[in-house]
Amino acid sequence: MTGGLGTIVRAGVGRRRVQTLVMGLTTTLAVTAAVLAAGLIVASEGPFDHAFNRMRGAHLSARFDSSQITPAQVSATARARQVTTAAGPYPLVSVKPTPVDTDGGLPPGIQLADLTVVGRQPGGPVDDLTLTKGRWATKPGEIVMSAHNEPFVLGNTMRFPGVPGDRLFKVVGIARSAGETADAWVPRTTIPSLTAPGSRADYQMLYRFETASTHAQMDADRTAIAALAPGRSLVGVQPWLKVRLAATRVSATFAPFIVAFGILGLIMSILVIGIVVGGAVAAGTRRIGILKSLGFTPGQVVRAHLGQALIPGGAGTLLGLVFGNLVAIPVLGDTAEVYGVGRAGIAPWVDVLVAAVALLTIAAGAWVPARRAGNLRTVEAITMGRTPSRDRGRVARRMLGRLPLPRPLTLGLATPFARPGRSATMAVAVAVGTIGATFGIGLALSLNGVQSGINLRSPGDVVVGDPTSAVNTEKVDAAITRQPGTGQWFNSAEANLGVAGLAGSTTVISYQGDSSWASWQMIRGRWFHGTGEVVTASGFLRATGTRIGDSIALVNGSRSSTVKIVGEALDVRQEGMLIVLDRTSIAPLQPRIDPLSYRFNVRLKPGVDRDDYIEAANRDLEPLGVSATRNSNKLSDTVVSMDALAGALTVLLLSVAGLGVLNTAVLDTRERVRDLGVLKALGMSPRQTTAMVITSVAGVGLIAGVIGVPIGVAVHGVVLPIMGHAAGTDIPAVDAAVYDLPLVIPLLLGGLVIATAGALLPAGWAARTRTAIALRTE
Amino acid sequence: MEKTTGSEAGPLISISHLTKRYEAGDPALSDLTLEIRRGEAPAVLGPSGSGKSTLLNMIAGLDRPDEGTVTVDGVRVDRLGEAGSAKYRRATIGMVFQFFNLLDDLTVQDNVLLPAQLAGMPRAKARERALELLADLGIEQYRGTFPGRLSGGERQRVALARALMNRPPLILADEPTGALDRASAGSVVRLIRELNERGQTILLVTHDTGLAASCATRTIELVDGRLVRDGAAVTQ
Ligand SMILES: Nc1ncnc2c1ncn2[C@@H]1O[C@H](COP(=O)(O)OP(=O)(O)O)[C@@H](O)[C@H]1O
Ligand SMILES: [Mg+2]
Repeated sequence: MTGGLGTIVRAGVGRRRVQTLVMGLTTTLAVTAAVLAAGLIVASEGPFDHAFNRMRGAHLSARFDSSQITPAQVSATARARQVTTAAGPYPLVSVKPTPVDTDGGLPPGIQLADLTVVGRQPGGPVDDLTLTKGRWATKPGEIVMSAHNEPFVLGNTMRFPGVPGDRLFKVVGIARSAGETADAWVPRTTIPSLTAPGSRADYQMLYRFETASTHAQMDADRTAIAALAPGRSLVGVQPWLKVRLAATRVSATFAPFIVAFGILGLIMSILVIGIVVGGAVAAGTRRIGILKSLGFTPGQVVRAHLGQALIPGGAGTLLGLVFGNLVAIPVLGDTAEVYGVGRAGIAPWVDVLVAAVALLTIAAGAWVPARRAGNLRTVEAITMGRTPSRDRGRVARRMLGRLPLPRPLTLGLATPFARPGRSATMAVAVAVGTIGATFGIGLALSLNGVQSGINLRSPGDVVVGDPTSAVNTEKVDAAITRQPGTGQWFNSAEANLGVAGLAGSTTVISYQGDSSWASWQMIRGRWFHGTGEVVTASGFLRATGTRIGDSIALVNGSRSSTVKIVGEALDVRQEGMLIVLDRTSIAPLQPRIDPLSYRFNVRLKPGVDRDDYIEAANRDLEPLGVSATRNSNKLSDTVVSMDALAGALTVLLLSVAGLGVLNTAVLDTRERVRDLGVLKALGMSPRQTTAMVITSVAGVGLIAGVIGVPIGVAVHGVVLPIMGHAAGTDIPAVDAAVYDLPLVIPLLLGGLVIATAGALLPAGWAARTRTAIALRTE
Repeated sequence: MEKTTGSEAGPLISISHLTKRYEAGDPALSDLTLEIRRGEAPAVLGPSGSGKSTLLNMIAGLDRPDEGTVTVDGVRVDRLGEAGSAKYRRATIGMVFQFFNLLDDLTVQDNVLLPAQLAGMPRAKARERALELLADLGIEQYRGTFPGRLSGGERQRVALARALMNRPPLILADEPTGALDRASAGSVVRLIRELNERGQTILLVTHDTGLAASCATRTIELVDGRLVRDGAAVTQ
């Protein structure tokens, strides 16, 4: 850059301080949003698969019986044609831990279920282990627990009764295995001290295969391994697909809305950066003319303006990257938790890509108008700066001028037509903001609706449950009936029954007592009444291809009984493979009801104090091994994090839109400073000036609202069912229909609010500008 | 708006010990005292930078003096706030500038209508007045034209029509012929003289003694912000 050019650029950046600041700020926020948006999209794109591949997860972990196979023979199974890499054999034992000190988490001394403990280190060609807390075990008496295995946390101690030495083991680290290949790990040398006398440690071998994405492929892979192992030495396998299914269910519910927000954020960022930069350069047209009259070539002019845009734009991009990555830590942390893939920051390539796109957008946004100005004949450029050609949109402006409104308002309304391109871009930006707000708020309302729908499964004021042993239901029934405060009540419990034509068993929830007020949230049809009618969750209907009105046969051994489906209710447990009915409907089948699953829901008589009731009831109930508690319905963690995420993203989108408007209004005001001076000289008051500047963006804001709200509603209409589908349910119409008038009207006006908020600052500035100074800018 | 004296009889403009400083250095106007009666057409003369426009801005309430008072038609202009001075300008002042200062995206008629619309004059009445003025100034054929299509002289007529719209007692004209060729300048000068003959008070600012001579009833000469001469019109 020549010395002269450098001076021009520095002067341009320095003199237009407000504009430079707004441009930097907008770029910062837009890039922050873009980093977050792209990061979220990337994170939601097969997060499990990504984490799995990054950690070289085991497609199959196999357990070999050490009495039937030698380590060399185990290693030899890796020669199977389908195997790409393998690791092992590692020594493996199954031991039952007894908690010693778990910080009050577990009662000491009880015996827990088998833990699969493997003797190995992290790393290796397959199944790299990621420490999420603490450190790796190095000494005898140290153990690292798997992150998927809940009960033990860092610092807890346990014993393994029956092993030599009965040493105390301390949890020194928590690690994550992508394929969940073990419950705990110790150094290989510790395994003998975990092997009971007279038994032997088995071998674990971990494989990755050429193809492993379907059950059929996995079966073939497993058969190939088994074929290379002698006899029946392959005693257990764990295919990764099982782990994958569990891990991806939640992420699949998140992904649709995160992607929707991400796309909105990216569009918004590009638009706003584009208008901000383009506007700034276009505002400098007259200056370009003067530079050319001094002998600058068009090329130099273009470069000068690129420089002027890239300095604040580059600074904003840099800051935006920093902020984006910082904001991503909690946001992605939340989602990573849900995705079950451990810590996930912004991938470096996302940063690079966003920065490149941002800088390119800035450069393009500056280049187009700068080149246009650079190619103008000098005289035109100079006069254009003074009296910008306003041939565009004159018809519209004249018609607006005829409206029976005060002149300052019609002048304001006409302003956008002077720069139709910029106004249209801004309208789109505000519309995108409105789409985001409409969708985000609607989503939050729907999710909360679904949550309260799900909460309907447990109605009433008081719940009696948590049995510690098999409950004598008759005695509990009698105790509840005895309480004078008891209004209506019923009990429910689970049993597993067969359904004719369906493999395996299905969970049946049966109600006893007055269940007329116990209706779940219905998606279609109605709640059951009496014997012979059932309600099912969506998953069941989908899996069996049945519909409301169909009859199904419930089977227990040789007995069967036919019931009619009368309704589809909201539930996402067990993929919706649930049947709900009155217990009399299955009495003839003599099902085995899970004795620990009994719950009693009680609705109190009006005016009865809940806590008094609970106290009185518990005196009778506790001897029976159950207790009464308040029925408190909590929001699920998933709904809470979805709400938080949707809220944060909405706010971010709206801020970017607001800044875009602010910038446009600043530019417009600056360009119109002479006109404002003239109007003031003709007697326009500060209030009239403010009204004019605000109406100059209000029209755009209103139109953006009118366009944005229906699109937002449509996005909601598309995304919500996808999320529901991923969770295994249809969405009840009442939860989907959140856009009622009291919500839609403020949303429609939302664009107006964004636009006005963005315009207020320059409006005040315009109202205060000294007229004499404004006229001198001539 | 506060009125100090019974206005009709007194001078239209009364300036007393007016001083205006912009930054450090010599003031743009210093200790200026001056009266202008109704019906006069004084010309403020002086070289470029002598403070003529500054004086006009003070009278129009576009800027505030540092010392002294400015009273126009009984209104203490130097004490008005932003809203007050806007109202004052609507009612009392019509301004004409060297570079016309028309709004380029409004038609000639819409430009002329602006002061009336800002003052809230009924539509029909405003339209009638605008058409009458345009006809009077011989530019009614350009009613629907945008200013960018007009010659300098035509534009200045539009500006004059706009200044006259609210029938202000005072017209302030800052170098109204400064951007015009000889012929156009001549016709604008004739217009100003005619207006004054019909009783309109016009304060004319110019550095052109020829212009002053041809239409002013009195000349006020400024040098470096000081009044150096105030007397009858110079004749060439
Ligand atoms: N807004 C302003 N800020 C700073 N200085 C100004 C401003 N307006 C005028 N001046 C200065 O005041 C002096 C008088 O200016 P002006 O009234 O425009 O002169 P004239 O109209 O006679 O040419 C000049 O020196 C000018 O530079
Ligand atoms: Mg001047």
